Amino acid sequence: MAETTSLRDAVAQLVHDGDTVALEGFTHLIPHAAGQEIIRQRRRDLTLVRMTPDIVYDQLIGAGCAKKLIFSWGGNPGVGSLHRFRDAVQNAWPAPLEIEEHSHAGMANRYVAGASGLPFAVLRGYRGTDLPRHTDTIKTITCPFTGEELAAVPALNPDVSIIHAQRADRAGNVQMWGLVGVQKEAVLAARRSLVTVEEIVDELTPVPGQVILPAWAVTAVAEVPGGAHPSYAAGYSERDNDYYAYWDSIGRERDSFQRWLDEKVFSQEVAK
Amino acid sequence: MMSVAAARALSGGQRVFVGIGLPSTAANLARRTHAGDLVLVYESGTLGSKPTRLPASIGDGILADTADAVISVPEVFNYWLQPGRIDIGFLGAAQLDRFGNINTTVIGPDYASPKVRLPGAGGAPEIAANCREVYVVVRQSRRSFVEQVDFITSFGHGRGKGDREKLGLPGAGPTLVITDLGVLRPDPETAELVLTQIHEGVTVEQVRAATGWDLTVAPELTTTPPPTEAELTALRELKAAR
Repeated sequence: MAETTSLRDAVAQLVHDGDTVALEGFTHLIPHAAGQEIIRQRRRDLTLVRMTPDIVYDQLIGAGCAKKLIFSWGGNPGVGSLHRFRDAVQNAWPAPLEIEEHSHAGMANRYVAGASGLPFAVLRGYRGTDLPRHTDTIKTITCPFTGEELAAVPALNPDVSIIHAQRADRAGNVQMWGLVGVQKEAVLAARRSLVTVEEIVDELTPVPGQVILPAWAVTAVAEVPGGAHPSYAAGYSERDNDYYAYWDSIGRERDSFQRWLDEKVFSQEVAK
Repeated sequence: MMSVAAARALSGGQRVFVGIGLPSTAANLARRTHAGDLVLVYESGTLGSKPTRLPASIGDGILADTADAVISVPEVFNYWLQPGRIDIGFLGAAQLDRFGNINTTVIGPDYASPKVRLPGAGGAPEIAANCREVYVVVRQSRRSFVEQVDFITSFGHGRGKGDREKLGLPGAGPTLVITDLGVLRPDPETAELVLTQIHEGVTVEQVRAATGWDLTVAPELTTTPPPTEAELTALRELKAAR
């Protein structure tokens, strides 16, 4: 059963140095607060997994938490580059960053294989591209029925997956809706999982298109209102588009980033 | 002009896989002018979005709120894109070469230590492979229009006609490239991109100067008709709406 706990305790218990960690959320429901708690607890040597490493991964990479990134698109959506990510890849600052690069279709299928308990997934992907030359986790396989050559990618099974959702009940059943991205697959593929939620309620009110993660499929739930900011939670908050533009001015230089880390992350203890 | 020319390339009833930025502006403009029943699919998992303003990101809430259906990301790629259910894929590019291959990964010859690290592939490789046709929207310069891309993120026509067939790629690949200067189309014999149309006020010399290869100009070069009042009004309304 999912344990209901604080964000601080959840990260302390579930995220260890050297772990493979996935924070998912496709523009919507990105678990920013959890990412910053990982920075605050100074985790190191993480293999970070995420289809779209955006601001929250720029922060984790710039803070030196990551040794490797598995991803398919790294940018500040609607704004431009991730400068901390770029600095790590181009200049190895603050630490060298190994990358394992896929396409969205490849990453999505890797999570599906992970959630399905299968060793790999097949897709009609990557053909003609230079990605397989640089990424060991893209191979080809021949269909035993038709003889067609297809791409094979190994399952992703993170040590811990972290997502943000709208609601949970007191038992730890999680409810989310709107753009649900690849979050369900990321949780089901992981050995451990943490879901931060906008609120914990006595009873979940059904919502059209909802996804339910039953309490027995989740390790921990933490109530973190606004935990997706500057991303958003449909029904609770709107995306803070100005913040994404503002991040460009913070992330661009090492100094401004370091100041931001000190002021907005390290000096802000979250409630126990 | 670029978004108007791109919008005109779309016609009613088509199913379009839309990226944020210019493709999204063009698709929404088309939907508000001549192609009201255009079906917009966004990779964040929305089928048939009908936003009343331009979305600020691929996962803008308005795309979900106005969609016929909201689905998961694995479903977008596996059920809708991969089997060829989408007519037009709309892509941008950091680099584009004379055969329509696209690079959004790294600038420079060395992948491991690139001159510039770009965002990467996202949905583009499979969009380029599986949509029936691909339209590319990109600003034209010697930096973006190169003889050969440094990295093939999305396969266009390889090194010429027949390369897509050899790889078994189902879609026709880039059939149209729209820039701020004009429009290019692949030559039916060689698959090399050829200038077929220039925007009003642009000269062929200007386009040549902004192209990193020896650009061929179609004998029947046309000029893009200027934006109509209706197009300009719709564009202004879209950009003003919040």
